[in-house]
Amino acid sequence: MSDATVVKIVPATQGGGNGAQHRALKINVLRHNPQDKASVPRLQTYDLEEADGMTLFIALNEIREKMDASLQFDFVCRAGICGSCAMVINGRPTLACRTLTKNLPAEITLAPLPFFELIGDLSVNTGKWMRGMSERLEGWLHMKDPNPDLTRIEERMDPDLADKIYELDRCIECGCCVAACGTARMREDFVGAVGLNRVARFRLDPRDARTDADYYDVIGDDNGVFGCMSLLACHDVCPKNLPLATQIAFMRRKMVKMAWGK
Amino acid sequence: MKIVYTDVLVIGGGLAGLRIAIGAKRRGHDVVILSLVPPKRSHSAAAQGGMQASLGNVIKGQGDSEDVHFEDTVRGSDWGADQRVVRMFVNTAPKAVRELAAWGVPWSRVRRGDRDVIINGQKVTITERDEAHGLVAQRDFGGTKKWRTCYVSDGTGHAMLQTMSDQAIGAAIPVHERTEAIALIHDAGRCYGAIVRDLVTGELSAYVAKATAIASGGAGRLYRVTTNAVICEGIGSAIALETGVATLGNMEAVQFHPTAIVPAGILVTEGCRGDGGLLKDVDGHRFMPDYEPEKKELASRDVVSRRMEEHIAKGKGVKSRFGEHIWLDITLLGEKHIKHNLREVYEICQHFMGVDPTKDWIPVRPAQHYTMGGVRTNHTGESPTLKGLFAAGEAACWDMHGFNRLGGNSVAETVVAGMIVGEFVADFCDRTENEVDIPTSLVHAFLRREEAHLSGLVNGKGTEDAAAIKARMQEIMTAKVGIFRRGEDLKSAVDELQQLLVRSRNIGLKYKAGGANPELVTAYRVQKMLKLALCVSYGALTRTESRGAHFRQDHPRRNDAEWLKRTLASWKGDATLPDLAYEPLDVAKMELPPGWRGYGAKDYVDHPDTPVRAAEVDALKQNMAGASRFAVQEALMPYDALLPERLRGRNERIDERFEASK
Repeated sequence: MSDATVVKIVPATQGGGNGAQHRALKINVLRHNPQDKASVPRLQTYDLEEADGMTLFIALNEIREKMDASLQFDFVCRAGICGSCAMVINGRPTLACRTLTKNLPAEITLAPLPFFELIGDLSVNTGKWMRGMSERLEGWLHMKDPNPDLTRIEERMDPDLADKIYELDRCIECGCCVAACGTARMREDFVGAVGLNRVARFRLDPRDARTDADYYDVIGDDNGVFGCMSLLACHDVCPKNLPLATQIAFMRRKMVKMAWGK
Repeated sequence: MKIVYTDVLVIGGGLAGLRIAIGAKRRGHDVVILSLVPPKRSHSAAAQGGMQASLGNVIKGQGDSEDVHFEDTVRGSDWGADQRVVRMFVNTAPKAVRELAAWGVPWSRVRRGDRDVIINGQKVTITERDEAHGLVAQRDFGGTKKWRTCYVSDGTGHAMLQTMSDQAIGAAIPVHERTEAIALIHDAGRCYGAIVRDLVTGELSAYVAKATAIASGGAGRLYRVTTNAVICEGIGSAIALETGVATLGNMEAVQFHPTAIVPAGILVTEGCRGDGGLLKDVDGHRFMPDYEPEKKELASRDVVSRRMEEHIAKGKGVKSRFGEHIWLDITLLGEKHIKHNLREVYEICQHFMGVDPTKDWIPVRPAQHYTMGGVRTNHTGESPTLKGLFAAGEAACWDMHGFNRLGGNSVAETVVAGMIVGEFVADFCDRTENEVDIPTSLVHAFLRREEAHLSGLVNGKGTEDAAAIKARMQEIMTAKVGIFRRGEDLKSAVDELQQLLVRSRNIGLKYKAGGANPELVTAYRVQKMLKLALCVSYGALTRTESRGAHFRQDHPRRNDAEWLKRTLASWKGDATLPDLAYEPLDVAKMELPPGWRGYGAKDYVDHPDTPVRAAEVDALKQNMAGASRFAVQEALMPYDALLPERLRGRNERIDERFEASK
């Protein structure tokens, strides 16, 4: 391969910047602070000039630093990896940090994820819900041998199987699937696509000691895999493009088989 | 007053904190973890590329061992590391990978037979062994002699953190999410826990513990341009510093990662170069072989970052509206490899730049990435000066990284230190003399002090803007305490940071509420961060040599004669500068005496003891010719007794089978 002398042009460097007119953005934020008894939910509008490569992470921080020190939101990695910043952006739950304003209209409406406990403004308590879900589903690998000899060569695993498990392990627990879920709206104890995907992940893993009977015990009801109405919103909104609908359908089949076999 | 009592208080819910908690809990101690965020959102999740452990499963890792990993790490550290700690680390790293494999991490596995890889810009076919099929795979990383970095696609940290956090939930370890330790409770050289602020309600409470472990990660947000998450503000290290008793080690040792995307500063993994990606300049020329013929793109991070900046300074950078940058070309790796093994990179390029890295080059420039310094500990992870205070991971100066950390050694450190320090924390709690016997009046006094401080910020008459002070600090650090450092810049940085510190004592809030007040959080944190920034900049000003990531243009040589020592910073009350002391490294006890790293600058000033020790080491190796590598190592620098008993023992490999193999 020869080193090309042609300099490739990528969007990050296109346009030159001078003379380009930046849009005036109107950002509406659904605000409420449950800690403050006087607080009433309301829509507040902030006017902001768009900048090159602006994400909602940059926009919201600018608002907080320059216009409104009280605005609450959650960002951690700001790289689409940690799942902290899910919110409803123009009606659709997704990650704010990797949402470029240039891909949105000039008027942007932001709301906290529904379903989860509201902490304040755009900040919701996904962590508490995820921990509760994980405790209910026993969402950790149940080791066959809890004290393996760490000095010895590890157990083998088929390379394709390891990749398949990682596919399902890519979930970042952002909460978008639950926020978009029709069943969750009706059943507050529904474990959501995130929970069913977790179970599917451990079921696929030969290192886990559990059987289908054990999984049936935790998801074999209407708050589990039989509660799903196959509306597919979870699948559509998942920022990591996890095959959620496929996994739920698969688990449902396995759990039906399990129930009939009983 | 709310007081929570526990045996072990862990500050930080990332990989290191979780592993300490699991270890202590298994030994029968009660543990509470404090975390700013839900643990799975910790910055550990952002480690993409992998974890070094000398398993030697892949063919390019054949012949790897603790010895090779040890030498790579010490050279990487530019001889700043504590070599005994490095030995403890490299011997435990394979056990850590195997433990995580048993706990559920879906490590990428070796597939037998031929596969095409890119090495030095060329496609090469390598053949994996039958007997390695299905074992944990390794990839190439900078500064390593063998392919040693175990990985899960390019979501290694994410997968490790999922598994570790799941196991902590399985062990019923409580995590108090959205809480922040803002001061340590201590008296007469003994730490008793922390004063903790609830970030949702603003409520303060006291957590009293036999052992307190800081695992709060690095302090990248001292800089404007950093790959670190927004929570990496170093507050755990800062509260240790503010005791005036615990010390911070080597805070001037700050790593800059070569490949952060421009302008967002988000990391694209070292795996890009490890897997064969190339750095190119404005002319499309691959320039690294011109500077580093031996390791090229895969020299250590400090060296590659400096070479990139040097090349930009020669006018070879690519100009863009966001400033100059270099190209990272991974197109030669092919679409399948990128979308499979470097998927996070693919996603980041698409979402943040609209760049398709299978077709286009990626604009990159070095950015702050890692804090080698931190709470100084001895090999057990305990502060030598504040009893009952432990630290592990990026927050600690244990000190296995010295002045430069190798890629893949950070997530490795988190779990390895978590395993080791977790055992020592449990040992500490087992001893009856370490029961907590302080009066509640002491706890009250600390609580009242913190309450007074915060209410002073909320209700006081201060006039300074917290966000503006923070932004200025970050700007100074990036502009003057960066990759290339000069005495006069450092002096002006120290002066202005001192002024900022004084001004930060007069911060006034625009939004005067308790509870979840983001401005109040910025205010009390920036006061602490400025102290860390001063430890970094004043340490850098004082250290008149270049070592690892600390590069002084006015003192470009490594000077072992004067500077083979660790910086220890402590802070007294209302001072505006840290007190600096120095802890010499003992050449006479080193297994690997100082020399050339194998990349980077070749001229350095020797320590007077180096030739003597080098001759001693050579003679010993000759006398023991034919002895096992373990016997030679033991004779050079024994370390086994330093490890907790349950973590001792050799590591089995395909090429080093135990006798009764499975």
